[in-house]
Amino acid sequence: MDEKLKQSLAAFRGQRGATIPALQKAQEILGYLPEEAISEVASLLGMSTNEVYGVATFYSQFRFERPGDHQIKCCLGTACYVQGSSRILEAVEDELKLPRDRFTTDDYKFSVERVACLGSCALAPVMVIDESVYGRMTPAKAREILNKI
Amino acid sequence: MSYEEIKSQAISEWGALQQSKKPRIFVGTATCGRAAGAMATLEALKKELAAARIDAVIMQVGCIGFCYAEPLVDIIKPGRPRISYGSITPQLAAQLVKDYLINDNPRPDLAIGTIGDGEIPGIPKLAETPLMKGQVRLATRNCGFIDPTDIKHYIANSGYGGFTKALKMTPEAVIDEIKKSGLRGRGGAGFPTGQKWEFCRRSAGKEKYLICNADEGDPGAFMNRSQLESDPHSVLEGMLIGAYAIGTTQGFIYCRAEYPLAIEHLEIAIKQMRDAGLLGKNILGSNFSFDIEIREGAGAFVCGEETALMVSIEGKRGMPRSRPPFPAVSGLWGKPSNINNVGTWADVSTIMQNSGEWYSKYGSEKSKGTKTFSLAGKVVRTGLIEVPMGIPLKNIIYEIGGGISSGKNFKAVLTGGPSGGCLPANLMDLPVDYENLAQAGSIVGSGGMLVADESTCMVDMARFFLSFCQSESCGKCVPCRVGTRQMLTILERITKGKGTPEDIPTLEKLATLLKSTSLCALGQTAPNPTLTTLRYFRSEFEAHINEKRCPSLACKELTNYYILPDKCEGCQICFRNCPVQAISGGKRMIHIIDQSKCTKCNTCFSVCPERFSAVVKVSGQKIEVPAEPIPVPERPKAVKAA
Repeated sequence: MDEKLKQSLAAFRGQRGATIPALQKAQEILGYLPEEAISEVASLLGMSTNEVYGVATFYSQFRFERPGDHQIKCCLGTACYVQGSSRILEAVEDELKLPRDRFTTDDYKFSVERVACLGSCALAPVMVIDESVYGRMTPAKAREILNKI
Repeated sequence: MSYEEIKSQAISEWGALQQSKKPRIFVGTATCGRAAGAMATLEALKKELAAARIDAVIMQVGCIGFCYAEPLVDIIKPGRPRISYGSITPQLAAQLVKDYLINDNPRPDLAIGTIGDGEIPGIPKLAETPLMKGQVRLATRNCGFIDPTDIKHYIANSGYGGFTKALKMTPEAVIDEIKKSGLRGRGGAGFPTGQKWEFCRRSAGKEKYLICNADEGDPGAFMNRSQLESDPHSVLEGMLIGAYAIGTTQGFIYCRAEYPLAIEHLEIAIKQMRDAGLLGKNILGSNFSFDIEIREGAGAFVCGEETALMVSIEGKRGMPRSRPPFPAVSGLWGKPSNINNVGTWADVSTIMQNSGEWYSKYGSEKSKGTKTFSLAGKVVRTGLIEVPMGIPLKNIIYEIGGGISSGKNFKAVLTGGPSGGCLPANLMDLPVDYENLAQAGSIVGSGGMLVADESTCMVDMARFFLSFCQSESCGKCVPCRVGTRQMLTILERITKGKGTPEDIPTLEKLATLLKSTSLCALGQTAPNPTLTTLRYFRSEFEAHINEKRCPSLACKELTNYYILPDKCEGCQICFRNCPVQAISGGKRMIHIIDQSKCTKCNTCFSVCPERFSAVVKVSGQKIEVPAEPIPVPERPKAVKAA
């Protein structure tokens, strides 16, 4: 983990305003931002870990807990909301037996995130699992897709 | 290869393609296409063509805008006009190959329209269909027609002709041309673009920056995503023109991370520009040097605000600051900067490829040109449209949009996202432009247009938008940080049946406070949805507060599901499907919902067979049901009408 991370991040040394791109790279490699990643970015850019945490925690893209193997994003943007997407989210949380206030299932198979808008509004309601975008969702379809993974 | 060589090759290749004796097939594989299954359709096409040994040209194109009919497949058979087909599943794709390409049956049942010269019986000309008739696709003219990952397609279609024209003019003359066009910023504020460029040009200093705002955070808006995925060069050429006119050497595109395909296409496009000598030092042999870097957003809506965006590029928390100084004077790293939206940049290249005067002929008196809108919600033909400013609202909803999809009554169209407002049915004739929408209490915004029908609760929509603003508030200023929280608390109480009559004047007071004292446009516009829904749908608020009733049957705490004792036939379908076992009743027994367990998930309502229609959803009333399941009584059989 250390070597690959160090090498990929080294490219950001000396770059102006590199905090966010560096954090994004670290998360791309590790799947989330553990303490070691924050320290690495901090020392690379000559900032304190405190400062880097301050930036990282502002942005909702960054995760600080180990995510599941599969990332589920349920869109709760306007167009999806109006087409009933909150029911999709409920169905997903229920199907995965997701504990309250947790984003990841106990077996670390799935992580569920609510997002504001994925930009495929004409196909509302939309759900994304990893790289696949699913449009025109219903609670039943969502459960079916989850069970196939 | 030099630019001139590339251009000459591009034109001859494109020309040859148009004359090709091979069938040409276009599949829309932008994100919306993929979400509808376009990649599977593409695979099926390739498989079927190989099996039939047909040598066809298959092109993956971007978004032509008919999202409601994705996956979209267009076919040109030599000598025939192009036919646009909609909702093409893998099975239908295979059928099209057999039916049209082999057996010459163009399948009018699957077609949306034809494009180009010639007629095909049974298929209307696309330009004459209600969907396309009112549209004027200027910025989006290439979307769906070219391969977005091939710069030569762009160049062959007048691409970069605007930039080469600009290079022969003085920068001041280019700014004049943009002023003549009347272009106003497409990000939402609608500030005259030419003037904005001039401010930055006149600022002292050699180090200046050019920024493209591709953060598109408004939920319900996807115009920028569509443009970047389908025709990234239209935006990049605009940036080149702007950089030359203003005198900047470094550009940034701040694109939200939620748009990976747009970012991918931008990266490909920028590399192709460098290879063609369109980026870097001394572009096309001139004194003008410019380069572009992509920065990905990290999930903060507030970073769509210009000062927050710039500070985010600098690597800090995305918190806006007060203005003046404006970015044109002091922006990125304190240097003069010009920031424009993706839509504005695309319009710039369109304008320079033609002329400022030509562009100004479109649109209304104070809002020149055309604008892209994301039409979504309860409308039949959802999608990406481009219309002249000033078009009546009803043309968008009923002609282009095809009317209400649910068959229910139209209620309102929500424009401008979480910063905007609603336009009710009696404003159907309103011309859609900056001034008219502002007067009606809404805004054009970035272009999101959401159609709501009578099942949408306007109080709930006000709560929804405010909840979004509240969670995206950066927290820097008290009015927004605390004000949005307070307004949200009140709206949540109202939707849960705990509203009081004092809530409405309190909301209005808070709204005025936020509008006049918030640091940035997020806080200043957060009250807009609440204010317009109060203006046009006050009776809904009053019903929620005074009668504890939601007229649209949307607010969960105020609605209840009941099984009608005189309609239930005891078929047990709802009993088996209820996810929380809230329904009791055996076979041929009248079923009863336990209101204390019911989670209002709507499952029983949707699974009850239509011929029984025994489940009802009500608000503000109680239906009498037996205390326990009782046998279904004998009922006289319905007499069929003679």
